[in-house]
Amino acid sequence: MLNLVYFARLREALGLDSEEVPLPHGVQNVESLTQWLRKRGKVWDSEFAPGKRVRVAVNLEIAEEATRVADGDEVAFFPPVTGG
Amino acid sequence: MLPMATKWHSFHRSPEAEVAVRVETEDFDIAAEVRTLRSGNPKIGAVACFIGLVRDVNENATVAEMTLEHYPAMTRKALNGIVEEAKQRWDILDVLVVHRVGTLKPMDQIVLVVVASAHRGAAFAACEFIVDYLKTRAPFWKKEQTNKGTRWVEARDSDDDAAQRWN
Repeated sequence: MLNLVYFARLREALGLDSEEVPLPHGVQNVESLTQWLRKRGKVWDSEFAPGKRVRVAVNLEIAEEATRVADGDEVAFFPPVTGG
Repeated sequence: MLPMATKWHSFHRSPEAEVAVRVETEDFDIAAEVRTLRSGNPKIGAVACFIGLVRDVNENATVAEMTLEHYPAMTRKALNGIVEEAKQRWDILDVLVVHRVGTLKPMDQIVLVVVASAHRGAAFAACEFIVDYLKTRAPFWKKEQTNKGTRWVEARDSDDDAAQRWN
């Protein structure tokens, strides 16, 4: 299973804060997971479009497109941070 | 998930520097925090502090209220990582980071960074570094209630530029 979590504007747009999904077939890294999520529908496709600058963390560490994703991982998606 | 209600404390200790990182809803008292941090350590010759505050106007709208959310498990890891990097770059004795979450109003304190060292140079530099990195790497998000409606605060390119200076 993958634990997917969403924050801030992205959480509101998707109407979802977290979910557990079986590791989708063919998903090996952040890039392929994002592609898989975009196929879920119009909102998903638009929110994960490259222009949205969605940031990703795998197991609490900032990730890149090539970062590996494996069974049991927590993958977080969120807009650029605005703390401080 | 209730990110607003989350409160945790993390104390990392090493022979070189003591570090405390806290995320909480309550306000902080800078004098009390500095007093605690300095307590019993005669090696400290300089303390640099930064306080971030809620402004009443942002992007041409009047801010009535702001709500801060975060990603608790990652926030702790990110803040500890930033402080760890500062410790490697400068000779510092003590660090405290307090970041508030939940609902805040204009003039409220949002974040406190305190760095203690033997001499001022390291304290000033490390304090600025920690704030710059915190603003671009720690998973906090601000949502503003303004006279033009409710909106998520957009990240600023100037914050990325500030963090880039340290590379």
